[in-house]
Amino acid sequence: MDSSLVYEILLRMRHDELFDYCVDITAVHYPKREAQFDIVYILYSFHHNERVRIKTQIKDGEHLRTAVTIWETANWLEREVFDMFGIVFDGHPDLKRILMPDGWKGHPLRKDYPILQQDQEWVKINLGIESGQ
Amino acid sequence: MTDSTRTDYLDLDTKDETFLDATELVLNMGPQHPSTHGVLRVILKLDGEKVLGTECVIGYLHRGVEKIAENRTYAMFNPYVDRMDYVAAVSNGLGYCEAVEKLLSVEAPPRAQYLRVILTELCRIASHQVWLGTHALDIGAITPLFYCFRDREEVLKIFEKYCGARLTTHAFRIGGCIYEAYEGFEQDCKKFCDAFLPKLDEYEELLTTNRIWVERTKGVGILNPEDCIALGVTGPVLRASGVKWDLRKAQPYESYKDFDFEIPTGLHGDTYDRYLVRIEEMRQAVRIIRQAVDGLPQGPIMAKVPKVIKPPVGEVYHSIEAPKGELGYFIVSDASTQPYRIRVRPPSFVNLQALDKMVRGLLVADVVAVIGTLDIVLGEVDR
Amino acid sequence: MIEYIKGYLSSGTTPGEAGNMFWATVYILLVITGVSVAVLCMNWLERKILAHMQIRLGPMRVGPHGLLQPFADALKLLIKEDIIPHDADKFVFWSAPVVVTMTAFTTFLVVPFGRTHAVTDMNIGVLFMLGVSSLGVLGIIMAGWSSNSHYPLMGSLRSSAQMVSYEIAMGLAIVSAVLMTSLQTGTGTLSMIGIVESQAAQHTWFIFKFFPLGFIAFAVFAIAMVAETNRAPFDLPEAESELVAGFHTEYSGFRWSLFFLAEYSAMLAVSSIAVTLWLGGWMRPFPNWLGGTAWDMAFSFLPALTFFVLAAGCFLGTIRMPKIPQFRVQTIGLGTFAALLGFVGLVLLVPGVRVRIQDIYWFVVKVAFFMYLYIWYRGTFPRYRFDQLMKVGWKVLLPTGLGVLIATAIWGLMPQLSAAILGVLQ
Repeated sequence: MDSSLVYEILLRMRHDELFDYCVDITAVHYPKREAQFDIVYILYSFHHNERVRIKTQIKDGEHLRTAVTIWETANWLEREVFDMFGIVFDGHPDLKRILMPDGWKGHPLRKDYPILQQDQEWVKINLGIESGQ
Repeated sequence: MTDSTRTDYLDLDTKDETFLDATELVLNMGPQHPSTHGVLRVILKLDGEKVLGTECVIGYLHRGVEKIAENRTYAMFNPYVDRMDYVAAVSNGLGYCEAVEKLLSVEAPPRAQYLRVILTELCRIASHQVWLGTHALDIGAITPLFYCFRDREEVLKIFEKYCGARLTTHAFRIGGCIYEAYEGFEQDCKKFCDAFLPKLDEYEELLTTNRIWVERTKGVGILNPEDCIALGVTGPVLRASGVKWDLRKAQPYESYKDFDFEIPTGLHGDTYDRYLVRIEEMRQAVRIIRQAVDGLPQGPIMAKVPKVIKPPVGEVYHSIEAPKGELGYFIVSDASTQPYRIRVRPPSFVNLQALDKMVRGLLVADVVAVIGTLDIVLGEVDR
Repeated sequence: MIEYIKGYLSSGTTPGEAGNMFWATVYILLVITGVSVAVLCMNWLERKILAHMQIRLGPMRVGPHGLLQPFADALKLLIKEDIIPHDADKFVFWSAPVVVTMTAFTTFLVVPFGRTHAVTDMNIGVLFMLGVSSLGVLGIIMAGWSSNSHYPLMGSLRSSAQMVSYEIAMGLAIVSAVLMTSLQTGTGTLSMIGIVESQAAQHTWFIFKFFPLGFIAFAVFAIAMVAETNRAPFDLPEAESELVAGFHTEYSGFRWSLFFLAEYSAMLAVSSIAVTLWLGGWMRPFPNWLGGTAWDMAFSFLPALTFFVLAAGCFLGTIRMPKIPQFRVQTIGLGTFAALLGFVGLVLLVPGVRVRIQDIYWFVVKVAFFMYLYIWYRGTFPRYRFDQLMKVGWKVLLPTGLGVLIATAIWGLMPQLSAAILGVLQ
């Protein structure tokens, strides 16, 4: 669905459809698409014993409205998405890196982030040689 | 490099005008600290001993499991999941295998399902024992730790006999189990169950009615059901708050609907209730193991799964009730041999978020008790 | 000179009272050595007993059954690098362990191991012990403050609050015991030796006096003394799981070992107060029931017997050692230790020694019982939280101590009171 509607829909899911438990928020990166990111909200309702996935697509650099006001648990989950994919959530109380160190370059779970980059860079800077990996 | 002689941050030049000045004390608990269960770092803002606020700094054990997954085949990634929650490796493997099976639309044969249930419940007991031991140690009782580890050893012996590994077992494969139950498996499990229940009473004797233990845990770190749900807290922590919700009953996976067991719940949602809930869960696990061993069907243990696993395009979310809460796997497949994206929904990570809410207004000693009662494993928090 | 030395032996008092400096020095050296050896033994015993409570073996590698472990530890601590934090207040940091150790050892000046086996007998002995041992808290505050780090600071703050509040309950319990000394003679005493002698005169240990009052006072003291020495379940100042190591987090090597020494000698010191005040000090048990010369004779063989039993135990261990070359040294070592214990036992059979060693033996046995309790607590109890600790101290122990004190006073005055009431009635 359209990314501008997401917040409204989440709000409605929470209050009208009683999906009171936000299981997970995550993202998937499709570098070849124009809207590069899939943001996935997995919700669960204790009342209906049902699980729902809500997906939206956004472009790189586009912002989303935070879901922290709807579910407190979204706090760390959104921080992780920000950390791993660089997706900014507007209105998030404390949007900063969570798993990676503060000074980390890049967002590791993007598909264009090579798995050996960090290692090679470290070897080059600290040992002054090309990494053999 | 930080200069160890640096003192400018101390702000030594500004003189305080007030005579008696109470300033906040910022205590940096961890990452090297005896009771943060690994490498958790909690920044505590203290007023004397009272906690005004906390901030968790995590990621010291981050290994990029999700990134690794994208560069491995489905089968190759299987051992990696054991390294997340390493005290409950079997549960992690179960969740992953089931998620991929769901993606492939295959189902493990009944015998494999029963074997899986037995091993997962054994693993639940082992995980809870590690929790009990370390939690008691945090509160200052050293002896339960050794009792718990002595009895956990029996579980690990069964694991070792079954699959050759004790901790990171890699016991299950996509489509079932690869190892047939060894000769005497049933007897071993039964013997363990019979021997374990009196030992459980022994733990309880040491703690349940111990006045200091009760005083230290009752009314500490209270979470009411609404907060639990808003914070996404699952597992024993949620159940101790009185929400009777367990994925094994709510959305039964494997053969859990065949078994008769109770979901223990608490009333107050404090540390003592969480302790009781977990103790009772161990009893229920024994009950499940006994039923599963008695009803262990004959037959194949592996479903028909192609040698090279290439699931169709699609995505799947599957979650199981791990010892620590809801453990979910969200897998996106692009019809290649490697998963396009695997997202792990770790229970410890989400549960740890509740720490701040639980410890506000309590004392430093309670922070330690609450970290213990949340039963986090940093390998899973940081992945 | 020789007369000076010999003169004391026939005096029948402590060197302090006799004013004999030579023997006083000898006694001081003996006490310091004895306490240090006791701390070493305690170190080994605690690890072994705790280990067996927790289904472990404890130290097994250094020497047979880890007997040399304390020495290895001591050696390690001595040659370890001595780290002083950069921002620490050097002088205070340096002097804190000295203060703690000094106070812990000074208390032993007045501890009566026997009628004549004390360095000196002060007429304010109990007061002196309380006063000096409470100086120890100063050292702890100094250590915590000078480390310039958060954990030690919090540890020392906890420690000072805890020690100050438990000292009151402890003092009340002690006063009720001191009250009891005045019952027969009308003149009470604060002298440690005097207290034991008045127990002898009243033919009862004070723990059984005015049952249950004596026992309650003893219980209050027994709880408060655990808190005084910062041991489990009151080990908040060094609560490992909360404050890493509390006030001695920043200490290492020799300085740290001084804290260790001080902690254990403080435990010994408070236990000796408890033994002196309530458990009849150096007196043997059942003097009334099993009295008479024959029983005295029989009891005087017990010290030797104890050592023989220990030797037999070690010898049994020697037999049970695996018969492989790798264990030869260990087996020989244990055998030697058994022989040593047996030899000590033989020495204790010599009549002169046998009579003189009696009181020391009983005193040590009683203190050892308390030491075992300390280990037992540690193996069993979780740790109190700070507010709960304060609650126990102020809301439970303090009122109980006060109540016991008043009740003891009334009970003690009962004869006079009843006489007075009768007189008024007549």
